[in-house]
Formats: sequence, structure tokens, C-alpha cells
Amino acid sequence: MAQDIPYKSRVRIEAEAICDDFVADGAARFETDILLPAEVLLDLYGEDIRARAYVTTDPERGEMMLRPDFTVPVVQYHMDGDGFPASYTYFGEVFRKQEDHPDRRSEYMQVGYEEFGGANAAAADAEVFGKFSDALAPLGLRAATGDIGILIAMVEGLDTTEDRRTALMRHIWRPARFTALVKRFAGLTPVPPSRAALLATDAALPEAEVMIGLRSDREIASRIAALRADAAEPPMSAEIVDLIAAVLSVSETCPNALEHLRDIAVDMPGLLPALDRFEARCDAMAKCGIDVDALPFEASYGRTSMEYYDGFVFGFYSEARPDLPPVATGGRYDALTRRLGQGREIPAVGGVIRPDLVVELGGLR
Amino acid sequence: MTIKLGVPSKGRLMEKTFDWFGARGVTLSRTGSEREYAGTVGGVDGVDLVLLSAGEIPRELAAGRIHLGVTGNDLIQEKLVQWDQKVEPLTPLGFGHANLIVSVPQCWVDVDTLDDLDGAAAAFRARHGFRMRIATKYHRLVRDYLRRGGVADYQLVDSQGATEGTVKNLTAEAIADITTTGETLRANHLKILDEPPVLESQATLFRSRVAEKTDVDRDVLRALIDRLGV
Repeated sequence: MAQDIPYKSRVRIEAEAICDDFVADGAARFETDILLPAEVLLDLYGEDIRARAYVTTDPERGEMMLRPDFTVPVVQYHMDGDGFPASYTYFGEVFRKQEDHPDRRSEYMQVGYEEFGGANAAAADAEVFGKFSDALAPLGLRAATGDIGILIAMVEGLDTTEDRRTALMRHIWRPARFTALVKRFAGLTPVPPSRAALLATDAALPEAEVMIGLRSDREIASRIAALRADAAEPPMSAEIVDLIAAVLSVSETCPNALEHLRDIAVDMPGLLPALDRFEARCDAMAKCGIDVDALPFEASYGRTSMEYYDGFVFGFYSEARPDLPPVATGGRYDALTRRLGQGREIPAVGGVIRPDLVVELGGLR
Repeated sequence: MTIKLGVPSKGRLMEKTFDWFGARGVTLSRTGSEREYAGTVGGVDGVDLVLLSAGEIPRELAAGRIHLGVTGNDLIQEKLVQWDQKVEPLTPLGFGHANLIVSVPQCWVDVDTLDDLDGAAAAFRARHGFRMRIATKYHRLVRDYLRRGGVADYQLVDSQGATEGTVKNLTAEAIADITTTGETLRANHLKILDEPPVLESQATLFRSRVAEKTDVDRDVLRALIDRLGV
């Protein structure tokens, strides 16, 4: 399509300019392959990524993936290095299938900025958010913020069994499933007949079944034991259910959200350390010149995005063009560095801008 | 131009399709030798018979190379993104019934619901270090179904045939496949989850929303649809 060439050039020029600004601020330029080994990405993100990324096969190297984002390669690059704090910037094409939105581009440019090793998380969060906010200021976008760390603290502090907390933690990023689990643990949904029948028998493992497959009889017996133990537990209280709903529905400006969450924390003290971090971040943001008093905060924001954010999350949206995906998104992903770092963990926060959308909205310069 | 009708090229699906059209006064028949994929349409004018693999009919409809086609709605929904914008189901034909279901070993006495499957998948990954494998050829439909069901920590592995054998052969822990009676599943020591199926499918007559038509074609198509009473 010949008429696409000038458009793509404009996007590239915009991307280079944003990237150059990050370099001028001290970030190192990062480059990586377009064709990446699929295994690490699939193991991290599971089937969700397979639905969204282009997977292909190489006869020698096995399953390969067209780069769905830069995060994993940049984390791997940093963790293979000397370990000193560093910040990186990059730009390049990423590829995502758009089955639900065929009108959206499946190949587009991303400009990223990632910061590793910042010992003061609040300051690093504020600085990175400030960089994106400043870079995008000419577009007059609406910012959205959230904090997955508050949700994690909420689950960790729940007055219930370890198994239930683990189950809820696994599904923080799947809101519908999370809510269904809360209801089940609270005894608000009926036990499925099959489960009731299983629990009604005494046998550790019903006999006379042909054992096939890799999942052993010991694994089956151990899950049955866990189900029995859970059935013997009292249901989670209605008070806890209400508190969870209260936390998840917080959506107001940062100072009001903080105050509201502190009220909830009177009955949910497990939230306090995360709220102290939230408050420290608000202070750091104010020092960076960000208008925190007007900055929106949604406790549920970022839950349906990729599973790797585990702290501060943010996004920038065009109010004039609600049909567009977010112009920029980012957040803290310490947990990802833990997963990829084989025991090591490095504080990490960063984000990406879509220069094609920047151009569509009139450009930055 | 003529109206092109795509019909499965072999087996019971072809015979039943021929019978269904025949009962409505439209005679479909193969011509030439037993092995030649060519056919004719009697009883209406201006309609060509195109014999195709049932699996290719969705693509041909979506590309507009055939105007009408008979195939299962499982194949339509698996193979076409936003299928309802590309084809219109005119009528189910009352045969070729099959359900796309998720099936696990009978010995998994602790797994009957998607909630159980998710719980088992979490424990499986922790124990074995990789995601529970579910063998299927219906990747999109099954992935969508499991996502809506809140199942995590699984992976789909491709299986284009003999899927019921994959569990015994240790290449998958569970399967998602089409079944009519469940006989093959039982014979392979598998059971169907106690949940609504991923999809209930049967042979269906589809109309392409994109195939080009002249005014004459339009009249022919209308006459054919009238004759079929759909």
C-alpha cells in the first residue's frame, strides 16, 4: 500500500524523537531481535499470549514468536549484565493479532522507557510516570493510575486459609474468576453436585479406575485432601467479602483514594504497608511537579492487562478518541524480574508509548 | 456468473446433504468417475455444485468464492474471525450433530467442572514445572471457552487426529474435541466435564455475505432459497 509509506515514516520520525529525548535524559539505547524464542514468553504468559502473538516454527530453533513487546528481552538483557542500576529506551515494531478488533493494526511501533534497580520505589515510580506525562503533555491526554500492590497486599492479609489466599492471588488478574472464588469461599454459591458427591465419600481415592496420563494417583489424592480440608473450613465472613468489594471499587483522585483506602484499612490492616507506599509515591509525584490532587486512581486498574505488573500501573488515554487503545501504558514489574532472574530480583518500572497513535492525535512537535 | 453451492465432497456428510437437498426438489449428484470431484445440480437453473472438504468450506465462503455452503458451525466459528460478519447461517440441516467438549481422564475423580480443572492445572504446574497440556484442533474456540471459564496454567497442544489417544500416550493431560456419542472417549478412559459444551454443532447451510452477485444471480439465489424453504 503505497499511501502507507509516508504515514509509516511519520510514525518512525515521531518514535525516534521520543526515544532521543529519553536518551538525552540518560537512558541507553536498547535493540533486540524481532523473531524471539517463544518458550520463555509462553511460559510467562500462557495461552493468552498465544492468542495475541504470532507464533511460527523454525525447523532448528523450534517455536518462535514475532516480538509481542520488548519487556522480556530488555529484562533479560539487563539481568545478564553487571547489575548496576540502568535505564533503557528503545523503539521498534511489535506484532499482535487483533481478533477482537480487526480494524486495529496488528503491526505497530512502540517506544519504551524502562528503569532497573532504583532503590527508592516511590521515587522511581514518580520519575517514570513524570517522564511519560511530560512527553505526552502536548496531547492533553487523560491519565489513569492504579496499584496492583494494594490488591496483592489485600489478598495476603485476608483472614482465611493459605490455600484460599493462594487461589485468590493466582486470579488477581482475572476479575470475573476472582469474584467467583470470593463468592465460593464465602459460601455464597452452591457447591457443585459433583464436588458434594466426591466429598460425601470417605475413600481417599475411589478405586477401580484405569489410571492414564501424567497426573498420578498421588496428585489426585492430594487435591481431594485439599478439597476436604477446604470444605471443613468455615466460610469467609460477609465482612471480608464487603471489604474486598470496597477496595476493588475505589475510584477517585489519588488523595481521596488514599484516604478512602485508609478507612478500609482500619478493618484490613494488611493493606497498611502498601498504602504507605502509595502515599510515598504521591509525595514523590508532587515533588516531581505532578498534580497529584487531580490525578485519578482506580484500585482495579490494570487487572486485565498482562500478568506481570505487580505494583504501580498507569495509562494515558485520548478522551477525544475513545475508540483508540491507550496511547501509553506502564507500571512496576519486580515480579517479572524474579521470574526471569532465577532467584534474583531487580526493582523495575517502565512503560511504552504508541507513536502511531501520537501521530494520529496530531503529534508532539 | 452462476451461484456456487459448496458441499462436503465425501462420506456421510455428503450423502446426507444430497438427501436433504433432494427432499426439497434440488437434486445434487456427482458426475464422472467415483474419484472425480465434479457434480451437477438438477431442479433449479444457474446453480453450480462445488465439492470441497468440509474444512475448506468456511474459507471459501469468507472469500466469496462460493455463495452457499454446507459445513458444521464448529468449523465456521473456529476458522473465521468475526464469522457472523462474513457468513449468515440459513438453516441447520438436522444431521452431523456433534458437541465440542473438554474431556479429562476418568481417573480424575476430583475434576468435573472448569473450577476443578483450574485447580488441578495450578497443582499440576507446581508439581511438574510446565503447564497442563490440552490437546485439540479447535484452538480459538477452546482458548476462548477456558478464558471465560477462568482456567489458567494450561497450554493447548495441537492434535489434528486421534486426539483421544494423546492422554494415554502422555502427550497431553486432557483433550478438547468433537464428540457425538462419547463412545470413543469412554473407550479411551476419558470423561466429559460436567459443564455446557464449548459448542453444539451440526451441519448448517451458510450464505456468504461477501460473494459477488449479478442481478441474475440474485434471482437464482432467491429462487433456490425459496425452493429450499429456508
